[in-house]
Amino acid sequence: MNNILNQIGIENYIFLSVLLFCIGVFGVLYRRNAIIVLMSIEIMLNAVNLLFVAFSTYHQDAEGQIFVFFSMAVAAAEVAVGLAILVSIFRNLGSIDIDNLKNLKG
Amino acid sequence: MNTLLTISGLGVFCLIAEIFNLRKLLIPVAIIGLLAILGLTISEFNIPSSHYNNMIVVNRFSVSFSSLFIVLTIFLIALSGDFYKEHQSKLSDYVAIKIFLLAGAVAMVSFGNLAMFFIGIEVLSISLYILAASKRLEVNSNEAGMKYFLLGSFASGIILFGICLIYGATGYFNIDEIFQLSQGAGIPVWFPIGLTLIIIGMLFKIAAAPFHFWAPDVYEGAPSITTALMSTLAKVVAMATLYKLIQGMVPAIPTIFENIIVVISVLTMSVGNLMALRQNNVKRMLAFSGISHAGFMLMALLSLSSAAGTLLYYTTAYALAGIAAFAVIILVTKNKDNEDIINFNGLGKTNPLMAAILTASLLSMAGIPIFSGFFAKFSLFTNTIESGYLFVVIAGVINSIVSIGYYFKLIIAMYTKDAAETPSATPFVYYFTAVIAIILNIAIGVFPNTILNLLSA
Repeated sequence: MNNILNQIGIENYIFLSVLLFCIGVFGVLYRRNAIIVLMSIEIMLNAVNLLFVAFSTYHQDAEGQIFVFFSMAVAAAEVAVGLAILVSIFRNLGSIDIDNLKNLKG
Repeated sequence: MNTLLTISGLGVFCLIAEIFNLRKLLIPVAIIGLLAILGLTISEFNIPSSHYNNMIVVNRFSVSFSSLFIVLTIFLIALSGDFYKEHQSKLSDYVAIKIFLLAGAVAMVSFGNLAMFFIGIEVLSISLYILAASKRLEVNSNEAGMKYFLLGSFASGIILFGICLIYGATGYFNIDEIFQLSQGAGIPVWFPIGLTLIIIGMLFKIAAAPFHFWAPDVYEGAPSITTALMSTLAKVVAMATLYKLIQGMVPAIPTIFENIIVVISVLTMSVGNLMALRQNNVKRMLAFSGISHAGFMLMALLSLSSAAGTLLYYTTAYALAGIAAFAVIILVTKNKDNEDIINFNGLGKTNPLMAAILTASLLSMAGIPIFSGFFAKFSLFTNTIESGYLFVVIAGVINSIVSIGYYFKLIIAMYTKDAAETPSATPFVYYFTAVIAIILNIAIGVFPNTILNLLSA
């Protein structure tokens, strides 16, 4: 495992993760469909999970991989709540376009 | 550590109580339980310890902030009994969520490992998403919940990325080890980047300017009692955690970072105050007022080594005033469909006690002497001048003067205009909560040293 990491280099893992993270960030900022926004948040969190595992191998230390379990559990809980809120929005408005959510401003 | 275990146990008990049909006893039992936990927490004040491989660190900082959070939660649970009267079947869920939220808050100020910090912030945030969207038949509450969820999980992602880069740079999650390594030379560039990302995420959570835009919408749309929770408990928790994070991970903030904090602090208080001047909705106005208070609290980061006591005092004064103000606001707007200032017309005649309490809490937030808000600002400014940032203090004083403008808009409406309708009977619990909160506020204003010196010894 460590051998592969040496051949590829930790920097490339970081670049890949940053790239995935940015895809997630731009998805949250530019997409208007709430489901796709939720998916983009998942991409952000999973990009970080990937980097955690890479760093864990880099440091020869299991702590990083254990952290991934925590963050996966937390992400699952977060998405469950997000989808629940989305369902109640769909029942009230009949749409999941987040541009419809602009009652509150001033 | 016992605090965290007992709070979680109490939360589980509240869920089980529903099964055994103990709904009537729920709120008294929860409050008595929290009072017992408060006693337990305070008894650990002079016994610093760490548990589970330094996952949880109990020291004076964590004990005193945990006690503040428990006190605030007691007030909020006391208010929720009447607020959720129409939704009896869900009462135990709401109370249990609030108690779990408190568990997250305690984890956030007593972490010794970044894993615990992350779990704490997520438990707090997920509970808040549910509470913000809890009026599920109202579009406004849905919208508030969705906006808060999107921005909150976005910020969590940024925080997680920051934690990951810090782990990559140091190889540890334990903040003591990170503190040791951050002093040495040759630390990879990932470390400052990671720290910056964590700080940006936390600035989202405390709603500091340029990251404040979600706060007014969410505060306005959420149910009033959740707004009270967000503007008192959640803000105080995030601020204390940000302080602990920076203090725990770096020995001293580099000058360039301090300059950024100066800019954010001044920007936050100015934006909050200027926007608050033109609001007609009271919840929205208090949201902007909360943003400006976040700017004041950020000043504590400029005198990092000595400001813990001042930060505790400021947050206590602000949160108690907030609880008293929201108790009155929840009461006045209970059967109304909006929270405009017009609803408060003539409150001085129809309900003098509540009007006096609201006036007192607004004066405390504005920083008028006798109330603790004045001494909080005073000691904060003193600390900041001592560390050489006179400019920030001048901006702070100007902003305090501006803030009197919008606080008095509400006070004038209460005392000079005529009421449109006759008042209905007031449940006792509102008087009780508001009076106790404001008495505590004045008491720590009269004896400021009891809290200011708590963390200095």
